[in-house]
Amino acid sequence: MNRLLSLFLTSILPPLLFFILLLLLWHLGVVVFDIKPFLLPGPLRVARAIVDHFPALLYAAGLTGLGALAGFLLSFVAGFLIALLFSQSKIIARSLYPYAIFLQTVPVVAIAPLIILWIGHGFQGVVAVSFIISLFPIIANTTSGLTSIDPNLLDLFAMNNASRWQVVRKLRIPSAVPAMFTGAKISSGLSVIGAIVGEFFAGYGTDDFGLGYLIILTNGQAKTDYLFACILFCTLLGLTVFTSISLLSSFLLVRWHGGEE
Amino acid sequence: MTPLENRPSPLVVAHRLSKRFANDVEALVGIDLDISRGEFVSIVGPSGCGKSTLLRLIAGLTSPSSGSLTIDELPPVKARRQRQELAYVFQEATLLPWRTVAGNVLLPLELRHQRDPAIVDRILELVGLADFARAYPRQLSGGMRMRVSIARALVTRPDLLLLDEPFGALDEITRQRLNEELLRLWEEERWTGVFVTHNVYEAVFLSQRVLVMSARPGSLLADIAVPFVHPREPDLRTTPEFNRIAEEVSHQLLSSHIS
Repeated sequence: MNRLLSLFLTSILPPLLFFILLLLLWHLGVVVFDIKPFLLPGPLRVARAIVDHFPALLYAAGLTGLGALAGFLLSFVAGFLIALLFSQSKIIARSLYPYAIFLQTVPVVAIAPLIILWIGHGFQGVVAVSFIISLFPIIANTTSGLTSIDPNLLDLFAMNNASRWQVVRKLRIPSAVPAMFTGAKISSGLSVIGAIVGEFFAGYGTDDFGLGYLIILTNGQAKTDYLFACILFCTLLGLTVFTSISLLSSFLLVRWHGGEE
Repeated sequence: MTPLENRPSPLVVAHRLSKRFANDVEALVGIDLDISRGEFVSIVGPSGCGKSTLLRLIAGLTSPSSGSLTIDELPPVKARRQRQELAYVFQEATLLPWRTVAGNVLLPLELRHQRDPAIVDRILELVGLADFARAYPRQLSGGMRMRVSIARALVTRPDLLLLDEPFGALDEITRQRLNEELLRLWEEERWTGVFVTHNVYEAVFLSQRVLVMSARPGSLLADIAVPFVHPREPDLRTTPEFNRIAEEVSHQLLSSHIS
């Protein structure tokens, strides 16, 4: 109990107090300088917007989350298979890796319209943008995990006349699991960004929309308080995805690290 | 070559064996070697003299630059693929962290498609780890991890066991205890053992023969017989005769440093 209290006093209370201070300053600033709500709504207005539009926000966050999850899972599977290919053939790795880096460096915002044009508007377009932005960290981390194996362990498998497939299945893939999770953590955050950017361009129908579409919509209608609510939900969504992957990873990696990282 | 009467046939034979690395470093020069079936031989030498390289050559993990090396009259890789069971114990335990102790020991059998948990249980019993079968390597001490590593090497009932300074990282007490256990395992099963170390006492205690290597480029300087009968007891280490042989090995080892 004492430890919980000291944890609260040292780690939770200070940022919480700062947050309250910030809200207070924000509120006072808006009131004192008489800032127009469409430029900067006060915290109370934003809270009001959240309450008023809660079902729509929750639904939009769910839809965006679904798009991000689909994009992330696809990138995880595809990235893993590409990394496996890279780890098995130096020639393929050398020929294709520059393009993987190209994929990483080209800004996804710039190519998103093109992707939507090819894949089509709607959910599949959002998933495609999310997929492309989250692919590279999975490829890079998994490839490094599959290839940086303790040389003694490779010798051990050689001494046991292990086949190439046995080395992959029983040594390389299990060794790569921690690196795969490092990639997955990075990609999980990116997949949410990808889904939102995708929705900027792909949108949905008028009754069916994610956070990205809602941001464009509320911005266009100068409903800035609602826009703030959207941004808050984007952040919460990103945080939720990242935290779930982190928890899943520390839970599953107990066998590799013994819990600590 | 005709095998002599009353002498076990040689298992490992090296003739003018040399190894030069890609960076032109000469590791071994002109090694002539002859290890009989069931023999336990130690190789001692100064750090960097190529004793580990010699072991890796025997294992078929690297190939000679010149000269010949055979196991049961075949090149090492062929021998281990076709008719001899070889096992290697590394300087570090080299365990798979995601597998339990039993899972690690089972691995060599698994790779041969002969999963047999009963053999694993028996071997863990033999090295005194039966109670730790379901523990993970990170939960064990350095000495216990090395026991797991030895159990994993013995699980295939190897004809030839190669040990590369397996106890180098352990404290003296643990080292002595593991020496005694290794000796007992060898006395029971009589595989052929090649043991690389720079610890003279360990080499004399375990072996029937100690080979002394020179500093790099490594060559064989001396071949010293250790005629004590088996089973050997721990207090052998305090006898004058034991110390005389250890003295002799040390002397040869020191002379190797002068060059």
